[in-house]
Amino acid sequence: MITFKIDGREFKAEKGQTLLQVARENGIDIPTLCHHEAIEPYGACRLCIVEISRGGHSRIVTSCLYPVEEGLEVKTGSPRVISNRKMILELLLARCSKNKVIQELASQMSIEQPSFKPEYLEDNDCIVCGLCVRTCEQVVGVSAISLVNRGITKEPASPFLEPAIACIGCGSCYYICPTGAIKMEDRGDTRIIYNWKVEFKLKKCKVCGNYWAPEKQLDYIRKKWDLPEEFFDICPTCK
Amino acid sequence: MSSKLRSKQDLEALRKELMKRRQPDKPRITICGGTGCHAYGCVRVTDAFKNEVARQGIGSKVDIKTTGCHGFCEKGPLVVIQPSDTFYQRVKPEDVPEILDKTIIRNSIVERLLYTDPTTGRKITHQQEVPFYQKQKRIIFGSNGEIDPTNIEDYIAIGGYSALAKALSEMTPEQIIEEVKHSSLRGRGGGGFLTGTKWESCRNAEGDIKYVIVNADEGDPGAYADRSLLEGNPHSVLEGLIIGAYAIGAHQGYVYVRNEYPLALANMTAALSQAQELGLLGSNILGSGFDFNVRITRGGGAFVCGESTALMASLEGKVGEPRAKYVHTVEKGLWDRPSNLNNVETWSNVPIIINKGADWYRTLGTDGSKGTKIFSLVGKINNTGLVEVPMGITLREIIYDIGGGIREGKKFKAVQTGGPSGGCLPESLLDLPVDFDELTKAGSMMGSGGMIVMDETTCMVDIAKYFLTFLEEESCGKCVPCREGVKRMRQILDDITEGKGYEEDIDLLDRLSATLIDSSLCALGATAPNPVLTTIRYFKDEYEAHIKEKKCPAGVCKALIHYYIIEEKCPGCGLCVKACPQEAITFMGKKKPVALDESKCIKCGACYDICKLGAVGKE
Amino acid sequence: MDEKVSAIINKYNGDRGQLVSILQDIQTEYLYLPKEALIQVSEAMAIPASQVYNVATFFRAFSLEPRGKYLINVCLGTACHVRGAARVLEKIELSLATKRGETTKDRKFTLETVNCMGACALGPVVKIDGEYFGQMSTDKVDNLLTKFE
Repeated sequence: MITFKIDGREFKAEKGQTLLQVARENGIDIPTLCHHEAIEPYGACRLCIVEISRGGHSRIVTSCLYPVEEGLEVKTGSPRVISNRKMILELLLARCSKNKVIQELASQMSIEQPSFKPEYLEDNDCIVCGLCVRTCEQVVGVSAISLVNRGITKEPASPFLEPAIACIGCGSCYYICPTGAIKMEDRGDTRIIYNWKVEFKLKKCKVCGNYWAPEKQLDYIRKKWDLPEEFFDICPTCK
Repeated sequence: MSSKLRSKQDLEALRKELMKRRQPDKPRITICGGTGCHAYGCVRVTDAFKNEVARQGIGSKVDIKTTGCHGFCEKGPLVVIQPSDTFYQRVKPEDVPEILDKTIIRNSIVERLLYTDPTTGRKITHQQEVPFYQKQKRIIFGSNGEIDPTNIEDYIAIGGYSALAKALSEMTPEQIIEEVKHSSLRGRGGGGFLTGTKWESCRNAEGDIKYVIVNADEGDPGAYADRSLLEGNPHSVLEGLIIGAYAIGAHQGYVYVRNEYPLALANMTAALSQAQELGLLGSNILGSGFDFNVRITRGGGAFVCGESTALMASLEGKVGEPRAKYVHTVEKGLWDRPSNLNNVETWSNVPIIINKGADWYRTLGTDGSKGTKIFSLVGKINNTGLVEVPMGITLREIIYDIGGGIREGKKFKAVQTGGPSGGCLPESLLDLPVDFDELTKAGSMMGSGGMIVMDETTCMVDIAKYFLTFLEEESCGKCVPCREGVKRMRQILDDITEGKGYEEDIDLLDRLSATLIDSSLCALGATAPNPVLTTIRYFKDEYEAHIKEKKCPAGVCKALIHYYIIEEKCPGCGLCVKACPQEAITFMGKKKPVALDESKCIKCGACYDICKLGAVGKE
Repeated sequence: MDEKVSAIINKYNGDRGQLVSILQDIQTEYLYLPKEALIQVSEAMAIPASQVYNVATFFRAFSLEPRGKYLINVCLGTACHVRGAARVLEKIELSLATKRGETTKDRKFTLETVNCMGACALGPVVKIDGEYFGQMSTDKVDNLLTKFE
């Protein structure tokens, strides 16, 4: 077991755990955007930063990736952490000036307006956290989308910006997106995921008659787990 | 080519044979074959020599050799005649018959091709006496001029691979690491980390499969020392790499060469193949039982791939996105295995440390920075080129004694070191000794060795904007502080250079800088503020002129300058009229000064450049 | 198209780690990265198309659009910048009515920039079709462009 401190309190943890894991297990609040327990941590949003020190020298690290260390002292709300976090939120707010999630996070840190000129503010929803792409690769396993381009034009997109052929319409990207940047709609018997330019026919439940999941997704699951053909003919609710 | 070398003795025997075959007194014409001289047309010069020698049938009297870069790029094409050490500069194909006739046949000099000392007016015959070379200490780079980089035998003839033989036959891996540690060699790529310590960590890391990597992704604009080493003496890098692999326990190595370096790629590829043929690479190297293979890969055009984790991602066939280094790459690097990455110049320091010993190496340099460093000295300097100097030499000595001072008689303003991660140092710091820690203390850094000299016509605010624009394009885009922060800093600087800046902008730049330094994922973001911070620190008056007075003192920022016709100097020749893309200048008749309509002027500077009579003014 | 791409993949033993090199060879062969070639690489090497595409869009060496007959590379390295490279670039853009990163309407030139070619002594440097032209200034641009048919 590794013993270390967070905000003056002592904790014991297993080797290999991250600071964020231990913090969350113990009810210590550290904000995140690009983090999700089911996905490998990525370290892109930098919101989860904490100040660590061991014998004098201190530095800022992302708690989602930093492994627990014997004798480490972690501060989750030091002035340095707060000022960094505020500027990161200002940068996000400047990029996503009309996005409700970002506005809310920013106002929690008393930021109403970013420090940049109004004419340079943008109206994005996507913060390029990569959760959609990482989920599609690690959880769903189809890698239908990826982060394309480099730098300020980096964004999640389908190959060649054409309809994502490998997409199965599961909607995981839509559910996991922290800012609502993925637009998905179930309309009658069709599901549309606008961002990847794809449309899917939804399966109708033999019992209740509701359209409940894309046929392509169900086919994928059936093949992957070697399930019988009729397995999904009845929706989970009716089962 | 000789057969495989199976022992240190075989190597020695080969060297002796090669020495015997060479006639040290036979004249050799060595022509610099670096990319810089290529751009000057050295290939035509080489061809001219070969053709003329063949035509005259004097092949028995003289050898012709294309060598690695000699370093004095300003004066290329460079031709050095050995053994007399006669130094000819700016040689053209038309000069060839005269050189052969006078210098080879008749043992005299072609005066007009000699280097002229600008201060004394004296013509200098020998390379060693050329001021550019005198204060240099070319323990690494000097060999370039002696060898044909595409021929391993040249390298062996000057003692190449003897360090490898010594390491494999007389030293244990631990002893090698101790020697490198004792030398205090620090990484020459920019990080300045103690090489020996890095090797030791990698050796001690868990795992049987380990890798060694040469980082040849030299991306700092203005730095090309690594390129010239790879082109000019690839075996020196390879020898260091094999020694390091043996010390660390790695059996697979990679050389990652920047995409924009075709000659370096070609020469290193040839070097690998020749080393393999001789048994210096592959299985049972020199009969030691040590196996080691090297693969060479090209980059795809991304500055960020100079960062070690991004480079490794690229080696894995993925995009060059860095990752957190809380677990060091020496423990989990390429394919999650212990990987030791070092810069080109770092690797090429290893053979000499092994051969001459760490104690000898420590006599060079300062307490904190041992050995030498190769810099690309470029910009507004007279003697542009690659210089190798002992650490501790002052900036003044490099710029004035070696560099010959500022071009066109202008005044020194600043010297930029460390590329986009570094900073601009002013005149008041000219006596700063060049040393890792001294440069860092002053707000800059050593970086990979770019040293760009600037004069009064350089606008320091524009320079800060330039570096931020560069980084904005090169940012991988993964983390928020760098992707969004560099863009915002660049926008602020755009505004300042366009006369739209506010006093509060400086404070905002400071706050953004603090966040980038603390919270960026990798060193690209974390060091991005350096050019801005150093220019604000040392050239605050220029920022204030741009913000408060809406003026650009150096005359660079287009929105803040205007061009005008100096009527007394204008004879009405009309050259500028033709040059103007906007038809903003009107011809007013012969012998009458032209008229410039400022409302149409887009400040492109075409008229300013084309007028040789100084009749176009700028302020 | 099929065979050449297959040959390139085989040359590198279908090694995923060599993806960038494989794409470079394809780019050299076709002067850009055709979509069909990338799909072929994805299928032959069992790499998701999204990951081949993201590598193709990340690195500056790659172009997904056909390039012009002659590639112009203007060096924007610091040494060249300090000697006025920005104005040279601007003049080329004006003369060709094309912005950097784009190809002229007649497909004759593609204008790109490079952050340091390592020929700093000759700065400002412009490379066209593999040939270096040093000490460039705005007044030399038009003459230079006419050299290329």
